[in-house]
Amino acid sequence: MIYKGFDGTMDAILLQILNGLDKGSAYALIALGLTLIFGTLGVVNFAHGALFMVGAFCAVTLQKVLTLSKISIDPTKTDFLGNPLKVKTPYVVEWFGEGTGNAIIDWNVPLAILVAIPIMLLVGYIMERGLIKHFYKRPHADQILVTFGLAIVIQELVKANYGANPIPTPAPDQFVGSYNVGALIGLDASYPYWRLIYFFFSISIIGAVFAFLRFTTFGMVVRAGMVDRETVGLLGINIDRRFTIMFGIAAAVAGLAGVMYTPINSPNYHMGMDFLVLSFVVVVVGGMGSLPGAVLAGFLLGILESFASMNEVKGFFEAIYLPSIDQIIIYLVAIIVLLTRPRGLMGKAGVMED
Amino acid sequence: MKSISNADMRTLMFVAIITILAPFIMNPFPTESALAQFNAGYPDLMQRFIIFGILAIGFNILFGLTGYLSFGHAAFLGVGSYAAVWMFKLLGYGILPGLVLSVIVAGIFSLLIGFISLRRSGIYFSILTLAFAQMSFALAYSVLTPLTNGETGLQVYADDPQFLQSATAPNVPHLFGMKMNDTFSLNMGPWDFQFNFGYYICAIFMLIAFYLSIRIFRSPFGMMLRAVKTNQTRLNYTGINTRPYTLAAFVISGMYAGLAGGLMASMDPLAGAERMQWTASGEIVLMTILGGTGTLLGPVMGAGFIKYFENIFSKINETVLHGWFAWMPDGLENAIVWVLHLFTGKGWHLTLGILFMAIVIFLPGGLMEGSNRIANWWKRRKGGDNASDATATPAE
Repeated sequence: MIYKGFDGTMDAILLQILNGLDKGSAYALIALGLTLIFGTLGVVNFAHGALFMVGAFCAVTLQKVLTLSKISIDPTKTDFLGNPLKVKTPYVVEWFGEGTGNAIIDWNVPLAILVAIPIMLLVGYIMERGLIKHFYKRPHADQILVTFGLAIVIQELVKANYGANPIPTPAPDQFVGSYNVGALIGLDASYPYWRLIYFFFSISIIGAVFAFLRFTTFGMVVRAGMVDRETVGLLGINIDRRFTIMFGIAAAVAGLAGVMYTPINSPNYHMGMDFLVLSFVVVVVGGMGSLPGAVLAGFLLGILESFASMNEVKGFFEAIYLPSIDQIIIYLVAIIVLLTRPRGLMGKAGVMED
Repeated sequence: MKSISNADMRTLMFVAIITILAPFIMNPFPTESALAQFNAGYPDLMQRFIIFGILAIGFNILFGLTGYLSFGHAAFLGVGSYAAVWMFKLLGYGILPGLVLSVIVAGIFSLLIGFISLRRSGIYFSILTLAFAQMSFALAYSVLTPLTNGETGLQVYADDPQFLQSATAPNVPHLFGMKMNDTFSLNMGPWDFQFNFGYYICAIFMLIAFYLSIRIFRSPFGMMLRAVKTNQTRLNYTGINTRPYTLAAFVISGMYAGLAGGLMASMDPLAGAERMQWTASGEIVLMTILGGTGTLLGPVMGAGFIKYFENIFSKINETVLHGWFAWMPDGLENAIVWVLHLFTGKGWHLTLGILFMAIVIFLPGGLMEGSNRIANWWKRRKGGDNASDATATPAE
């Protein structure tokens, strides 16, 4: 039984909160990775958006690989020109049979997670050892610039390989359609399955990262290193190696966020840059160097953005000559937060302040 | 304040001569020859050299002297363009009111942004300016559509009031009746040199801007900005409030960007939001770094370098490449063309990114440091003992 609460206002509010959650999840995941890298290595990674994009394109590549097809000629049918009809059978279907093969293709995005984890860890490892390592002693401006250059390079390589258009990468058929979340609490708000999955997925990733840092010895050492790298090093622990691994993990988190985001928004080559700027805002609002702050600010700003795109809110701002307030609300809030709480919501003193 | 030193005077003269003779220098190849595609001596491109040069000079006053890395300078460029186009719409096509307003508006705008952003330093400052740039882009693109005409871009329409436009004045941007797009062609044998009025107007502004930047670099104010870069904490402890100095530098560089934006609109009376995107800000940073941060000549060189190669590389498509390597065996030709085409034509940004990374990694001082290193190496090889004789261009 569903009843309309308060003329549907509650429904609309619930829906906007839900809508904010999936974007917020993406912000939170990217911001989490960014913060991990600041916290451990003290580097501002402008290429983090590019890592998000690389993750998304892992899914695209897997889709391409899975649908590689053998072209055979069907002798019984002809096409409209009278030539024998060419039939494309993906190799996967040929090898595993009709049912399993198509299911594998259908489940391409979840499968891409398995592919993306090792790839992203490797990418992160190579990036840190090959490039970032040489920039610890250089000024922050140089770190920003070199990672910015790297982001351009990655973006252009992706563009050269995959073209400039968005590539649709659908979710498995089971998850198409939507689920009435509102019904659980007596409201009416249907919400696409995949976005719901995205939300829970990101919650579990965030939980896993926090648990990893909290409850494992490795995590304990890393946290100690974040506080005082030198002392940990003097205790005979190879902290550099662990920080490298953390960089890999941060890359993997961003990559997974990208993989799972593909069904929501078809990936294109500039998605990384688009998300990067907002993720920086999220990190700054949350408080540089604070992991819970990054997650909290990610969700908060995501929800705020979706509220600002409500018609009622938009109409109100349009009345005072500010149409499409949703485009700038995040920046406005960020500015207000920074003016009132210069260290962000949960930031500590002395992080990244030269 | 004393007048500028001889070395600086030589630099200024050098830049002045290069800019005045640019239509000759940029056009070394005869028009009909195969190498003519490497010419850069046409008005549109030369104007861009100059305008982006102004932009980079201004950016360098902020980044080169104070070390504050702003990722939002394109916003000021865009604001300047919008202001100038509005003046064209309201008053008419004379460029002076437009330029004055664009500098003023960009100054006010940068005062606002700088006031907030400069509360933080280091990375926070970069991120804040980045956020402001993106916000300005969103504002121009959709929120303030009545002011900016949204994604169409702002342009002058026939029914605009243009109160000061007299009946005889030309219907394009002009200065006292002389049109910006007036070009005088000089044919000398196979060569064809083009002298564009708008280019020389830009060049005059650039030389003034360059002169001012020399004065700022050598003034006590510039010294103070350098002190901010070297050790801000120490300055604070000696009881000096650095905020007014950095804010002044920020506003000055914002006004430079506004002037560049105004000139851009004067050459082509259009203003679009894409000029304000943060990747455009990134390009300004690229120019300055590539040329040499904190040097006088570097940013101008960087701007020219990037705009020149952007133009040349974009023209080299696969057909051109096939033409070049046609003498090779087919397989080899295709392989080479395949590799090269990633970097040319549409792949120019890839080349730019790689070049930029290489510069940041291996040559943090940019082209200026590179040329100084080569000069020193050359001197040592010659066995000359006058290695201390500095070149005309100071490098920090």
